[in-house]
Amino acid sequence: MLILTCPNCGADCAETELAPGGEAHLKRFGPGSSDDEFTGYLFERKNPRGVHFERWRHAYGCGKWFHAARCTVTMEVFGTYSAQVSEPPADILDSIRARRPGWEV
Amino acid sequence: MSDTQGVSAATGVAGRVIERGHMIRIREAGLTGMIALRGDLASPAMAEAVRAVTGAPVPAPLRVESGAEGRAVWMSPDELLLITAIGRAPEALAAAEAALSGQHAMALDLSDARVVFRLSGATVPEVLAKGSPVDLREAAFPVSTARRTHLGGIAVGIWRLEAEEWEVVCFRSLAHHLADWLAQASASGSEVGHF
Repeated sequence: MLILTCPNCGADCAETELAPGGEAHLKRFGPGSSDDEFTGYLFERKNPRGVHFERWRHAYGCGKWFHAARCTVTMEVFGTYSAQVSEPPADILDSIRARRPGWEV
Repeated sequence: MSDTQGVSAATGVAGRVIERGHMIRIREAGLTGMIALRGDLASPAMAEAVRAVTGAPVPAPLRVESGAEGRAVWMSPDELLLITAIGRAPEALAAAEAALSGQHAMALDLSDARVVFRLSGATVPEVLAKGSPVDLREAAFPVSTARRTHLGGIAVGIWRLEAEEWEVVCFRSLAHHLADWLAQASASGSEVGHF
């Protein structure tokens, strides 16, 4: 079972209390973008075997969105952080590198 | 309000007590005043609104605070649920609105939205843990803790008022299901003995 700590309320949430929001830190391409850019924004997702950044919503709790960094193979959680950022914060990256030497974004 | 009485009766569990043959006592609390506040929880106006309705301070995250007139439950970073007597709800709402006037905030009387179950007994965590993923051990869920989660497949709020006194709230339309679920999960002889 995946357990994530919601950074908005501090609760340890079981996966069943959360709603998944897919890949994190997508760059939105809207009006004025090329077809390729828009297609990539809509459909093309990473599907890594290893470290992944995701959006989650604490649906059965405080109702707020947050980000999580976890390993898709081992389910190890490297940390959760605010939804109001466009890239992973340094402390999250540090904890990933400590556990996965040589890993790069 | 007669229409409120009708709504409450429609759940089929108003005032129901489940006790004999069960390891805990379960009581549907009947009509209860519930006021939802949304806004900046750190603002002085919010503190005044909470105090006016319940007499309690603004609760910290995942906490419930009790006051002379009721309880204040932390629901989310910008939302509180205030619980008071049903008869006080209209005046309490007016007091909250007065305290929050001019603020970017909301106060609503949601007394009809949810029902409150009062659970009493030493084995309440035993019962709730059968249908909820929350860590209910004493160390993780001490007195005055409040959590929103799911129980028996539906969204609920759970808070611990005293060591052996708990409240569970759920949407009114699901009250009958939750009463039946609690009755089944608390049947004597079904203790798991985990805690």
